Parts: sequence; structure tokens; C-alpha cells
Amino acid sequence: MSGAAGGVASVGRVQLKLRKTLKGHLAKIYAMHWSADSRQMVSASQDGKLLVWDCFTGNKLVAVPLKSAWVMSVAFAPSGNLVASGGLDNICTVYNIKAASPKTLRELDAHTGYLSCCRFLSDSEIITASDKLKRPQTIMFTNHIGDCMSLALSPDMNTFISGACDSLAKLWDVRDGACKQTFSGHTSDINAIAFFPSGNAVITGSDDCSCKMYDLRSDQEVIGYQDTSLNAGVTSLALSSSGRLIFAGYDDFNCHIWDSLKGEKVGVLSGHDNRVSCTGVPDDGMGVCTGSWDSFLKLWN
Amino acid sequence: MSTTNNIAQARKLVEQLRIEAGIERIKVKTTVFCHVCVSKAAADLMSYCEQHARSDPLLVGVPTSENPFKDKKPCIIL
Repeated sequence: MSGAAGGVASVGRVQLKLRKTLKGHLAKIYAMHWSADSRQMVSASQDGKLLVWDCFTGNKLVAVPLKSAWVMSVAFAPSGNLVASGGLDNICTVYNIKAASPKTLRELDAHTGYLSCCRFLSDSEIITASDKLKRPQTIMFTNHIGDCMSLALSPDMNTFISGACDSLAKLWDVRDGACKQTFSGHTSDINAIAFFPSGNAVITGSDDCSCKMYDLRSDQEVIGYQDTSLNAGVTSLALSSSGRLIFAGYDDFNCHIWDSLKGEKVGVLSGHDNRVSCTGVPDDGMGVCTGSWDSFLKLWN
Repeated sequence: MSTTNNIAQARKLVEQLRIEAGIERIKVKTTVFCHVCVSKAAADLMSYCEQHARSDPLLVGVPTSENPFKDKKPCIIL
């Protein structure tokens, strides 16, 4: 792919500025997720709280106290009315944040392992990843051998991809629960996974310090993103709206920016004092948010 | 007892591999030196990026006046 992209214009050095630092959490931030309105964002910290932020003003809108502080994942429902979180309690809890004070709506507790990731299909359906992936109604996706660490929904919501500690990425059909494709190549846990915006490729980030792009239709890896100077595992990743830029958070406290077509590092977001644990780009692509174990969230564009 | 489990697991694995083998693949031909011989897959990804590049705020930059995340400084009356 990098050979094929030889003729594509370079993006040059990508230099984004830190626009806001969101302070409020008292402990490591483990997860964040943008709302579909590209303005609100929810973050989860092991201080035992979910915070919903207005990223235009930097204000905290809602604070949701968690029963269990060991949270690993958080998700915003497309409607903006609900958020969900889960972690070492093995439970996915759904909260109504539009109520006068945040109300626990449902507790989905049929997981046998910790909840590493969750994503809403709608206000009434959520996909959760634990040692097994499941959709609470009927379908259990039991194909990963190792713990599933991350999942991402396709743009058309018909499929989703999962990355696991068995170093494999798998593509699943949302409706019939079948595993359609499996992608190998990483040599360690896949911690982060995202769809290329066209829906035809997926990007993975792993503890083996590399990211990879797999093309779905040709069923293979088309490019790897690694650098000998980068010896830290990838914890999270997000793509810019055109898919050209990959923002990958690493254990080295930075978020490195990759040119997805040419496979080159084109920038870095530095400023966190600890591991970058989560990264997200809102639907309108206006910026990128990084969350860290240093308890801060930073907005860049 | 464990042999039965192994057989059941192996059966499941074979079934899964059968499903995956049945998927139609488009061929990827990537050559390092020949810019003319691009695979359809790589070409599609490149064309998507190109089409959407102009509307990607993180690529083209966000004008200060329209930047929703930028802190707005209050006006000071001297």
C-alpha cells in the first residue's frame, strides 16, 4: 500500500495545537467517547466517576457516580440520552443522563469476564466485549480465545470488529452474530481498533508497538505502522474524518500521528504526563481528544 | 472426556474456517516500484482519502474564528 501511495501528495508535518485541558477527574482516565453531536463527550476514570463534558466551553455537564470504580469502558448512545460503562465488575451499566440526576437504567450482568468495551447500536441495543462478546438479547459471539479488548462499529452499523489478547482482529455481523473474517499479523494483544471511514478497512493498534491496516475486501494486511524508535505499546486509536490521519495513543505518554496511506509518522501530540489511554475524534472531525492516566483530557486541532 | 472436548472444539474451528474460506476476495497486487499497477483495494482507500481531504478539518486546518474548541478570550474594556 505504501508503494501504491507513492503518487499521493504528502500531508507534510501535521501540527495540532492544544486547545483545552479538561480537568476534573482525580485518578487515571481509562476511556472516553464522543457524543454524536460532536460537542459532548463522556470520560471514565478510576476515581469512580463518569463525567459528561461540553467540549466547546470545557464545562462539566453531568457527573455519574459509579458503583464500582474499576471502570474500563464508556460509551455514549447515538441519541445522547444514555451512557454506558463497565469494567472489572463484569457488569455493563446503562445510565439515563437526561434525568434530573443520572439514573441507572439497566445493569447487564451476564458477563463472565471484565467488560473491556461497549458500544450502543441504539438506545435499546448495546454490544459489549468481555471475555466473550455478546449482545444481551440472543446472540453471543464466542470466537475469541483471549480476552476481547476493543470493538468498533462499522459506519453502516451492520458489522463490527473486535480486537483481542489472542492478537487477532475479527469482523462480525451484528444481526446473525457470525464471525465473517479473522485478521492475524500482530504479535501481541490488540488494544485498539477502528474502522476506516469508508467501512472497507480496519486499523488495529497493539502491545507489539505497531498499528496495522487490514483491507476487508481483499482480506489481508495492506500496511503496517511501526518505527524502530517507538518501543511503547499502542493503547488507543482514532482516525480523522477522511481517514488519512491515524491518531494513536501510546504508553510513551504521547499520541503519534500517522499518514494512513504512506505509513509514515507525520506528527505527535505531546503534553500528557502519563500513558495516553484513550483517543477519539468526533463525528464532525473537528478535533481529537486524548485521555490519559495523568487524569486529564486534552482537546487538539 | 477432554478428547471429546478437543474434537468438539476442532469441529467448531473447521466450521469457522469453512465460512471464512468461502468469502470472495478481491485481489491485492501491491508492487513497490510500479506506481501504475495499483490494487483495487489500495486504490479505493486512496481515492476515499482524496475525495474527503478537503472536508477533513484536521488535515486542512480550522480557521480561528470557527474553531469550537478554542478558548474565547473575553473582551477587555480599556
